[in-house]
Amino acid sequence: MSDITLKGKAIKLGDNISTDLIIPGRYAHLRSNLPELAKHALEDADPTFVSRVKPGDFLVAGENFGLGSSREHAPVVIKMVGISAILARSVARIFFRNAINQGVPVLLCDTDKISDGDKLEINLTDGIVTNLTSGAKLSCGKVPPLMSAILEEGGLIPYIQKYKDFVIASKAKQS
Amino acid sequence: MGKTLAEKILTAKSKTDAKAGDIVIANVDLAFVQDTTGPLTVRQFKESGFRKIAEPERTVIFLDHAAPSAARQLSNDHVLLRRFAKETGCYIYEVGDGVCHQLVAEHFAKPGDIIVGSDSHTVTAGALGAFATGMGSSDVAVALALGKTWFRVPETFFINLRGTFSKGVYAKDLILYLIGQMGADGATYKALEFGGEALAHITMSQRLTIANMAVEAGAKVGLFPSDEVTQGFLTTQGRSDSYRPLYPDADAHYERVISLNIAELEPMVSLPLTVDNVFPVGKAKGIIIQQVFIGTCTNGRLEDLAVAASILQDKKRFPDTRLLVAPASRQVLTQAIDNGYIRALVEAGATILPPGCAACLGLHQGVLGDGEVCLSTANRNFRGRMGNPEATIYLASSATAAASAIRGEITDPREAM
Repeated sequence: MSDITLKGKAIKLGDNISTDLIIPGRYAHLRSNLPELAKHALEDADPTFVSRVKPGDFLVAGENFGLGSSREHAPVVIKMVGISAILARSVARIFFRNAINQGVPVLLCDTDKISDGDKLEINLTDGIVTNLTSGAKLSCGKVPPLMSAILEEGGLIPYIQKYKDFVIASKAKQS
Repeated sequence: MGKTLAEKILTAKSKTDAKAGDIVIANVDLAFVQDTTGPLTVRQFKESGFRKIAEPERTVIFLDHAAPSAARQLSNDHVLLRRFAKETGCYIYEVGDGVCHQLVAEHFAKPGDIIVGSDSHTVTAGALGAFATGMGSSDVAVALALGKTWFRVPETFFINLRGTFSKGVYAKDLILYLIGQMGADGATYKALEFGGEALAHITMSQRLTIANMAVEAGAKVGLFPSDEVTQGFLTTQGRSDSYRPLYPDADAHYERVISLNIAELEPMVSLPLTVDNVFPVGKAKGIIIQQVFIGTCTNGRLEDLAVAASILQDKKRFPDTRLLVAPASRQVLTQAIDNGYIRALVEAGATILPPGCAACLGLHQGVLGDGEVCLSTANRNFRGRMGNPEATIYLASSATAAASAIRGEITDPREAM
């Protein structure tokens, strides 16, 4: 895989951002109308979020991002408003898998070293985040090869369309 | 090296020597969706080019989260799901049948199963020894089509329980206490495995409450071994042939062991805004509440309604406090009628809601007003959870909820027993 580098601005949120905060249950009637649903992304956590996010921006959070409900609509709306990657100190299990399945990279790193509005460069290949504003370099944990492969295809559905099955470990293509 | 429950189940289902940290592919014994995550699952299933479900007789759709529907769009989602059930031949449980996790426990889950559901509280079936975990719509769509999914084999925290519950203390208090100790992300990616001599006295209803909230500590599964309690429950449900022995190896490796004498526990309450914000009930005593909600996949079972009815028998709810009760399933409702619990609750001023998720996730049937406070037996107290970010939610047992409904303020249930 050739180096994949993303550049964008950090939009900083706090700890314990639940999927109820990302997309509240009271909007469940909009779940079959995703463009309408996405207008409410994170409105209970940060009412300015949707208006200030620009395509390519990064969502930067603290501990246990995405805890709670398994609703995949959470990463779906985050992707739809233009977020290109999620950075957090820790991420809840189901959300982590859902975001990867939606083709949204999730990087675990020390996000205390990132402030709202900082310019970041992310090298997805070696998992290094460079804070272009402060100069700090942050290294991120690796995901299992199967998850990297899913991410590389843009999500689980395109992955399955291509491979028709899960391809793991020794059989996975080494790139 | 011996195996934990999680490793044993994943070894059997993946036909590999599954050890913590491995990535395995395992066949799925049951895959299900509910009505707020199912429509996306169906769309992704079709988008992938799939036409047929691998195992229609092991696939279930539950209409429980918006049931009966509160909006035209949700009704149309139900139409979509009913049509998908007809097209594929899978099971469908209708509006009023109950909460998916309760129905999975009553009719499907068995020791050693792998169960995936597009709902985070799928972990509930761990009470029956099933490796049951919540996933998103994409993962479940693929599991429907292929009949299998991938897992990272989790490390395990062993929760070693001894003693018996004191008066006024229930399974909900135990799991709230543990979540308070571990933290809401303390068991992220891990399996919780419950064991110890106390299990012999912990009923299936209580085990379901405990397993249900494993995810609130971040865990992937909350597993119980199978034993006489499991066998008794399956027999009562007419499923005695589903029983099989399941227990961890004596030399299994646990990442962490938490030992607890449950006799020392007090009634607990989880304060807003995270589930791990747990204290003995005294900390919240006297907080005025406008609504009490007894029900959900956590505490909507017959034992919960029994204890609530015993506390509320010949009493009245506080005039300014609404009391909502949603039995977890049709079976729970009919048994609660037969046992007189429903009459006692209704006479005490309760509003009985249809079996289903009801007020839990803010869609309908008990959305809170600005500034209002609810004491709920559910599993989440996040901001906005019950439909209003300007309202707050406290979590407790059905006994604490019933006692608090009488006084209109959070009350130690031992004062009402």
